[in-house]
Amino acid sequence: MRLLAEGLSARRGEDLIFKDISFDLAGGEALVVTGPNGSGKSTLLRVLAGLLGADSGRVRLKGGPAGFDHPRELSHYLGHRNAMKRELTVEENLIFWQRFLGDSPGGSGDGLVEAATAVGLADIIHLPFGYLSAGQQRRMAMAKLLVAYRPIWLLDEPTAALDVSADRLFAGLVARHLERGGIVIAATHQALGFTGVKSLEMTGFFH
Amino acid sequence: MSENSLAIRKFSDLANPTRFLALAARALPWLAALTALFFAAGLWLSFTTEGDYQQGETVRIMYVHVPSAWLSMMCYTVMAISALGTLVWRHPLADVSAKAAAPIGACFTFLALVTGSLWGKPMWGTWWVWDARLTSVFVLFLMYLGLIALNRAMDDPSRSARVSAVLVLVGFVNIPIIKFSVDWWNTLHQPASVIRLDGPTIDPEFLRPLIVMAIAFTLLFFTLHIGAMRNEIWRRRVASLRRQAARNAGREQLAP
Amino acid sequence: MTALFLRDLKLSVRAGGGAMIGVLFFMTVVAVIPFGVGPDLNLLARIGPAILWIGALLASLLGLDRLFQAEREDGSLDLIMMQETPLLLTVLVKCAAHWTATGLPLVVASPFLGLFMNMDERAIGATMLTLLAGTPAITLIGAVGAAVAVALPRGGLLVSILVLPLAIPVLIFGVSAVYAAIEDPAPFLPPFMILMAITLFFAVIGPVAAASALRHSAD
Repeated sequence: MRLLAEGLSARRGEDLIFKDISFDLAGGEALVVTGPNGSGKSTLLRVLAGLLGADSGRVRLKGGPAGFDHPRELSHYLGHRNAMKRELTVEENLIFWQRFLGDSPGGSGDGLVEAATAVGLADIIHLPFGYLSAGQQRRMAMAKLLVAYRPIWLLDEPTAALDVSADRLFAGLVARHLERGGIVIAATHQALGFTGVKSLEMTGFFH
Repeated sequence: MSENSLAIRKFSDLANPTRFLALAARALPWLAALTALFFAAGLWLSFTTEGDYQQGETVRIMYVHVPSAWLSMMCYTVMAISALGTLVWRHPLADVSAKAAAPIGACFTFLALVTGSLWGKPMWGTWWVWDARLTSVFVLFLMYLGLIALNRAMDDPSRSARVSAVLVLVGFVNIPIIKFSVDWWNTLHQPASVIRLDGPTIDPEFLRPLIVMAIAFTLLFFTLHIGAMRNEIWRRRVASLRRQAARNAGREQLAP
Repeated sequence: MTALFLRDLKLSVRAGGGAMIGVLFFMTVVAVIPFGVGPDLNLLARIGPAILWIGALLASLLGLDRLFQAEREDGSLDLIMMQETPLLLTVLVKCAAHWTATGLPLVVASPFLGLFMNMDERAIGATMLTLLAGTPAITLIGAVGAAVAVALPRGGLLVSILVLPLAIPVLIFGVSAVYAAIEDPAPFLPPFMILMAITLFFAVIGPVAAASALRHSAD
């Protein structure tokens, strides 16, 4: 499976955010998008997730499962916000996303406990999500990537609010996903600690 | 009432929730037993005394209705005192007491309304009239429900305690005004058809079971209130233990 | 989809959820009316159905603005919109959950309030039936307003202003069906049928419009 972006450009309102971005990722490859604030990292990810329309160019999927030609439905998107409800317990949150998202063809998600163990927080999944600290909440949001299988991970500042050890733990999760033939695109402005990845530097426009 | 003074002495004695828990554990069985005893006596009296020649058997509703109506007001007074305790003396148990009393008060008020309604149907031929007294009780019921909703809406107990204490006190100050305005509104509009409750002075025949039932209800209130306070303290401890667990979790595994 | 339905139900009964507030608001609004018009039982019995309907209309608008806004604030809306399930089905399920949590309790509470209004059994039954048929329409129209106002910082009041005019037909036919049931010469069925038709109509229009509004408000 290959994920191709061809001459992408995007606008927000009247402003051109970026233009002519192309890349080609095969299974097992990662792309780290770097750049200063406002250079369009998040916008690029939202275009890839299908949440924003591209102004020109297109995103394609080659050799993926039949019936999927946009990566949207095969992607996990981890935005700035965690998409978890404070009032529900971590367990209820994860079960909801597991059942709501379902597995993409070609793989299956981890169990709840496995996923929580993978982020090192297996013993607090019975607590309400709102009780957790910011870093723990972020880690649980990563557990959400594990409970339902998606070949493509779109991660927007995934390690915000994480300490160094959690950073390492997260790099391990990404490495495991890549080993299994997944694709990871991460926008960040700090070193993520995984090696052997493509990188894309966005400069942004200055009007 | 002796039970009342017992409760008050305990309240003033209490310095911390742990002492309260110990005292509550000791007092609750006795209170519960006493409540059951008075209820047994009260119910027996209620059903053995003669019915009213005018109202027949339905007069027995009074033995439940009147005590619950009294308690609906007493409970609000307890809440107002607790609110004062929260705001003025910063007593750690005061907000627990106010929070625990609200649902109990709502229940007694609801009971008063329902029994009043059941009594009203044969007496007045309708389930509800906008009589001044009934209306005031209904407004009180709405106030209770509003306070419960407020308590539920905020998850941080220490913050919600102050806010709801303010509301309780404003409500308490407002009760006479509400009562007065409802009376005024009612005499302005009241059609003459409604039979007023305050007839001739009550007969001692009815008074005896009524007093026993009133004591039983008061005891019931304190049993429930102390039990609910204990539950609330436990609930808060569980919540703080869980927060503690959340803070500790994941530290050991991740320590380099 | 069941997962979404159950989650939304759970959220609305948890602390801070809107399920109880709606009923409480309904009760308060209805209880305040007699203070305005006076305790004349005959008058109250006559205007009772209309007051119950207006109270239910206002109460069901109460939590609507949070329908999509809460999802948007914590980022869930992005994930929901990325799925292959058609967005309008998701909207429909969210509306169903919202109605079950806030609309259904209003229907259940209406007979008790009917007693306060001195309405007879027939009027209470008819009011309950029309509320059961009509309140889903309000939720479904409200979903459109909620979707339009999802990105606005103070969407709450705006949703009510947007939705109330659109809900007027529901009110008209709901109330007239009740009066048709009480007063003999007028037949009950025609206005009731129209009410149900309106509900079904909005069950189609509402999710389609809300879904497209959500798509366009994405940023």
